[in-house]
Amino acid sequence: MVAQNSTEIAVLASNLVKFFGRFAALRGASYPFLAGNLYVILGDNGAGKSTLLRVIAGLMQPSQGNLEVLGSASLRKVAQRVGYMGHAPLLYDELSGMENLRYFAGLYGINDDAVCRNAMQMVGLDPELQRRVGQYSQGMRQRLSLARAVLHNPDVILLDEPFSNVDVRSASDMAAILGRLRDAGKTILVITHQAAVMENVADAFVHMSAGKIVSTTSNNPTPAKEAGMGRPAAESATARPR
Amino acid sequence: MKLLPKVFIAFTVAALAYAAYQALVVAPTEQTMGNVQRIFYYHVPSAWTAFLLFFVNFLASAVYLWKRNTAADAVAAATAEVGVVFCTVVLITGPIWARPVWGIWWTWDARLTTTLVLWLIYVSYLVLRRYSTGSQTALLAAALSIFGFVDVPIVYMTIRWFRTQHPSPVIGGGSNSGLDPSMWPPLLWNWLAFSMLAIILVAVRYRLQRMEEDVEQQHAQVALRGGTA
Amino acid sequence: MSTLAMTRATLMKDLRMEWRSKDAINSMLFFALLVVVIFSFAFNPSAEESRHIAGGLIWVAFLFAAVVALNQTWARELRNQVLDAYRVSPAPANALFLAKAIGNFLFVSVLEALMGPLFIVFYNLRSVGPPWQLAVVTVLGTWALVVNGTFFAALSIRTRNREIMLPLILFPISIPALLAMVDSTTSILTGDASPDFWIKMLLVYDVVFTAVCLLLFESVLNAE
Repeated sequence: MVAQNSTEIAVLASNLVKFFGRFAALRGASYPFLAGNLYVILGDNGAGKSTLLRVIAGLMQPSQGNLEVLGSASLRKVAQRVGYMGHAPLLYDELSGMENLRYFAGLYGINDDAVCRNAMQMVGLDPELQRRVGQYSQGMRQRLSLARAVLHNPDVILLDEPFSNVDVRSASDMAAILGRLRDAGKTILVITHQAAVMENVADAFVHMSAGKIVSTTSNNPTPAKEAGMGRPAAESATARPR
Repeated sequence: MKLLPKVFIAFTVAALAYAAYQALVVAPTEQTMGNVQRIFYYHVPSAWTAFLLFFVNFLASAVYLWKRNTAADAVAAATAEVGVVFCTVVLITGPIWARPVWGIWWTWDARLTTTLVLWLIYVSYLVLRRYSTGSQTALLAAALSIFGFVDVPIVYMTIRWFRTQHPSPVIGGGSNSGLDPSMWPPLLWNWLAFSMLAIILVAVRYRLQRMEEDVEQQHAQVALRGGTA
Repeated sequence: MSTLAMTRATLMKDLRMEWRSKDAINSMLFFALLVVVIFSFAFNPSAEESRHIAGGLIWVAFLFAAVVALNQTWARELRNQVLDAYRVSPAPANALFLAKAIGNFLFVSVLEALMGPLFIVFYNLRSVGPPWQLAVVTVLGTWALVVNGTFFAALSIRTRNREIMLPLILFPISIPALLAMVDSTTSILTGDASPDFWIKMLLVYDVVFTAVCLLLFESVLNAE
């Protein structure tokens, strides 16, 4: 719950449309995600939340519409500054925690073991643990997946259901970590069904339904957040605190 | 139907009829092979038409990879299918001609083998198009088309060399045998007629593909507006 | 990190994982052995004749073993959808392709190292021509199969019958390379002809198709 003083837009979604055959997963999703904020994306199954996140991460191209991440329309260029945690673990079961992180760190040009150790410690895992990830508990796996998503110090962090099947303690630990990352200036988008876990750290709750963003609920008592009600991006492009 | 296509179809029918007349009546009977040789006027133009269609497929695939233009992909799909049809004609008329004349159904000479490999590559292309899931069929097929196109000259040169090492009968008289001047007109007429037929078939198939895309677009628009398709 | 360094990192990771689980290599080795034995039953000529057909038999056997190996190229990346993690990162697509291709090359080479001697034993083979030429042909031929195979394995991920799609697309395109491998092997074994042209042709094939694969892989990787 940090006072919002930044009006910079980290992720600008304008009328995003995504078809899978005849099914429209996104039907004109628009929203300016402001930098340094933690957004929780809520909605029923099939509302298009995961699709939206995958499009922002660059894993899918939108069928129509525009997307800018950190000021760039080309997502390849800003890949170094974006972290993604998918619904699936995105980890190698046969390798240990540190081995996984070392490999993924290498993909981002990081060769320093210390970075991986710090990432593991930050999420509450023991870097010395030789156990293969395939034998981790779900809570440990999600923590490691989070570590993988943030170890290259990205400015934008995208998380798809990080708390699914995770024990209460791990979930609240991870929520606290996300809050700290937000305090450090990161922009965080979290999809979850467990809004309660994020209550203390979220800056805003964004509601999606049937492929569109339909409303936003500010979580901050200070009237510093604008609440975009699915307006076209052109209007809210120059977002100012109201 | 608009006027131009009607006229074109009329001309094509006329061309096919005249070309058949040329091949079956006007052309002289071949010295050693007799009337069976007249299959040549179907075999060779089919081959040229098939190669031309496959070349267009390569161009369309390259354009698609460069611009992601769905019209290019439709052309690629159409030319591949029609090309396979003409190529099948080549592979069937070849043995039919060879058996009575040379006593063998098949030989692994450079031209026939290359045609067979080309046919295999494009059948695999069609299979890939049919069985690909997801929205990226066009991209995957275009990639395969590039591979196929690059492969064909390599195949031809490889077999040529193989055949200098291990000679075997060459159907059709080899690349050195000349053609009696009076045989050129029926050959060229049939090529013209087949090319025109190919254009019609490709155009029809192209239209079909575009109409299918249109239907998908309509469904998509409905889905976008929030109805159930 | 440069493309080369990332290729190496991905390759090392794959080798480490394969070494740990050994699930693919063990069944593959046994499959390779079975193929050789069955071929030996099916084609059981005298020692003199065998030199003439061994080239064809060996390469067909290698081809089948290679296809089974190639089919699992991307299986590991699709588990847990971990390929998404690679795609999201700034790492170049070609580093991934090269790592997989080289890994497959090593994999298939191990299988060939097992099958080759077995063929020699079962067919009482002796090479009339210099054996180092056989090594050159094997290396070039294996790369020809593996480079296209790795690419087409990536293509087949997005098809309905993945396992059959790979050989279906791979075989027609590989025909010239196969002919070169078979004829050069036979030429060397029998000493009847020089394999020089074939070796040059395989080199050209390898260079051309490696270039095509590298050009097109990024688009294919990011196809949804």
